[in-house]
Amino acid sequence: MVATPIHLRPSATELGNEEILRIRNDFPILDQMVNGQRLVYLDSGATSQNPISVIEAEQEFYEQRNAAVHRGAHFLAVEATEAFEDARASVAAFIGAEWDEVVWTSNATEALNLLSYSFLNAGLPGAGSEAARFALGEGDEIVVTEMEHHANLIPWQQLAIRTGAVLRYIPIDDVGTLDLEKAAKVIGDRTRIVAFTHASNVLGTINPVEQLVRLARSVGALTVLDACQSVPHLPVHVKALGVDFAVFSGHKMLAPTGVGVLYGRSELLNAMPPFLTGGSMITTVTMEKADFLPSPQRFEAGTQRISQSIALASAVNYLSETGMERIHAWESILGSRLVEGLSEIPGIRVLGPAAGEDRLGLAAFDVDGVHAHDVGQFLDSRGIAVRVGHHCAQPLHRRFGLAATTRASTYLYNTTDDVDALLEAVAAVRPYFGV
Amino acid sequence: MGLDQLYQQIILEHAKLRHGSGLATAALPDGDAHGESHQLNPVCGDEITVRVAVKDGRVSQLRWDGNGCSISMASASVLSEMAEGMEVAEFTGMIGTFRDVLRSRGTVAADPEVLGDAAAFEGVSRFAARVKCAMLSWVAAEDALSQATTSQATKPEA
Repeated sequence: MVATPIHLRPSATELGNEEILRIRNDFPILDQMVNGQRLVYLDSGATSQNPISVIEAEQEFYEQRNAAVHRGAHFLAVEATEAFEDARASVAAFIGAEWDEVVWTSNATEALNLLSYSFLNAGLPGAGSEAARFALGEGDEIVVTEMEHHANLIPWQQLAIRTGAVLRYIPIDDVGTLDLEKAAKVIGDRTRIVAFTHASNVLGTINPVEQLVRLARSVGALTVLDACQSVPHLPVHVKALGVDFAVFSGHKMLAPTGVGVLYGRSELLNAMPPFLTGGSMITTVTMEKADFLPSPQRFEAGTQRISQSIALASAVNYLSETGMERIHAWESILGSRLVEGLSEIPGIRVLGPAAGEDRLGLAAFDVDGVHAHDVGQFLDSRGIAVRVGHHCAQPLHRRFGLAATTRASTYLYNTTDDVDALLEAVAAVRPYFGV
Repeated sequence: MGLDQLYQQIILEHAKLRHGSGLATAALPDGDAHGESHQLNPVCGDEITVRVAVKDGRVSQLRWDGNGCSISMASASVLSEMAEGMEVAEFTGMIGTFRDVLRSRGTVAADPEVLGDAAAFEGVSRFAARVKCAMLSWVAAEDALSQATTSQATKPEA
């Protein structure tokens, strides 16, 4: 039996505080006191919390169906395999992909490394003629943006270093928007890969995917979308977006850690050389060589993260029942309230789009005269959880002349009271530190 | 443990005072052995460069440049104020004591007789995520001192 949500929710109406308070009841961790204060969790951009249905889905697997998948003729092995593959189909449907276009990884970082290493392997001996289209060398260029998370930067830096390709980037302007005029110049005939984020984990900017895909396609380059901050928060349809690859992490979308997804167009995945090799990804093996299964098994060597994948499917079910359009609309309200409120506090500089402009339900900000680490500590004393530091985006922070910022990020379980608690606390930071 | 036990007044004052900050503004004493160490906390991006000069078995100068949170800046300020004029052995002993207190998770009390103003950082030991902030300049100083005392790096006589 698949765990069902605790209650059915109407999908036609917009989300409001009243319904958010009901949603919160599904998240046991949120109901606690921290430092004598009500926990206000505003760090979902780093990792989200799990509803009880997701926790139970994972527990139910271990209590009733645990077995190795894709092998063994016994009852439990069949049950486990079915649940595992059903989970893949659910997650694929959630993003508008076919089942065989979803590869399980540990997280988005591993998915991006899978791509980078597969393309590297494509240029090495024994890769085969099918893989030649992915091989890079001198004269080739990889394009990223200045707002990337390190996970979508360093694997491409490494690929460039190892192949002799050149890494270039699309700059951002002072409000954190991609400069599309420059993008049209950076993306050129030598470009082989364009890797960019759908939505910035620091700025909250939502990038114009269609325009970047059009530019990449016009020069025959592959597109890689970092969807870590979009798939959990917006309706995302990978086919409609037209990207070749997309990656995201389960733990940012109500699922446990340890599971992520690489989406790739089937035709591409089946031509790419494997990244990790070993059991479960082969057809015929001799002492000299091996033939590989098609995608997705081609990229799933070794025993997989079965319970986490099943839990991710349960999370996707929870999100679908709540409605991604409604979640996005609610978080836009929270995001606007955050930015408007923060912008009114003296000494606060919010990065990214100004109040009134489209953004995710998150805001990273600088408090003049107080280091982000101290801001985070002060907020924690009031039970408010935020992220401080460079948020794995050092080049982006350097672009704005900052070493670290404080980031508040919302999700479907945050109320306007949560945002207001943050605003009230932020207003008290500079007085506390005597600035 | 409350916020005020972490951010003691003396810490907030030192965070602004930044005693000993500015490497370029203080010339290295002529003829003194010296060492310099750069330390980075990759978690928050805090960084510090500490330069220690030694003459006749004593710390003759400790200067630093850095960027970071109030805990890391205050701890560098206190360190600089205390270090100058100390015997090398006494200085390394103080660093060891400071480390023991900070790593103790609140189980080792700071003795103001030994640690002076640095005893104010006792509360940091209760905040595991901040121990590294307080230690950053002290680790840099330890490294710089060991360079100063092992190598014979001296500024050429003018």
